[in-house]
Amino acid sequence: MNIHIPTPLRAYTGGLETVSIAGATVHAVFQQLTVTHPELKQHLFTPEGKLRSFVNVYLNDDDIRYLEAKEGTSVKDTDELTIIPSIAGGANL
Amino acid sequence: MLRIEYPDYEALRAHGEETYPNECCGVLLGKNVAGEGNHVHQIVRAGNTRTDSAHNRYNIAPEELVKIQRQGRGLGLDIVGFYHSHPDHPAQWSPTDFAEAHWLGCSYIITSIEQGDAVLTNSFLLSGTGEDDKAFEDEAIQIDIATANTAVHKQKGQE
Repeated sequence: MNIHIPTPLRAYTGGLETVSIAGATVHAVFQQLTVTHPELKQHLFTPEGKLRSFVNVYLNDDDIRYLEAKEGTSVKDTDELTIIPSIAGGANL
Repeated sequence: MLRIEYPDYEALRAHGEETYPNECCGVLLGKNVAGEGNHVHQIVRAGNTRTDSAHNRYNIAPEELVKIQRQGRGLGLDIVGFYHSHPDHPAQWSPTDFAEAHWLGCSYIITSIEQGDAVLTNSFLLSGTGEDDKAFEDEAIQIDIATANTAVHKQKGQE
């Protein structure tokens, strides 16, 4: 399946905007992604192995945090994963 | 240096005036040019989901970001930055802006809106390699005029 990489993380995928990774579940695909591109791991996951709070992952148009099986959700080759860091801020504390 | 065409520059400032007294926000689509910096080809307005405190906070829904990134991909463009406004507050990044900034290598434009009028527009490049060493750097904005003349807008303190 194709995984779309956001601009800041392309430094760790050899500049690739889209990488193709095989796997049966979101978790399996992410595992393989960080094997193929090991430098991505620290930017996506905490030392405890949890997805960083500001990193959003979408399976097609759905946030995986809100899918019933979350990272255990099955995927097909034609599905797409999008990694998208959050964007927020404001003038005040 | 951030390069942006004059109509886009004016449009993002106008967006801040329209949403006053609330903060506006949007995405900069373009390309990063090695050795030069981020070049904006198109700006995309986004909704501010922080309706609970829209006068001093902003958030772009990730599903909207996914769509904008997809839109950019279709145009051969990348997300190279973001913009937002500071109503009745300086055009300087705040601790909140810094804490919530995660797009390393991207430009964060901030426009101060005073009593409904856009005043200063500054850009800050998020540099570093990760959350531990990230930093906002002042970034000059080069505004490209249609006649091919260019104007360099220097940030306050750079004169």
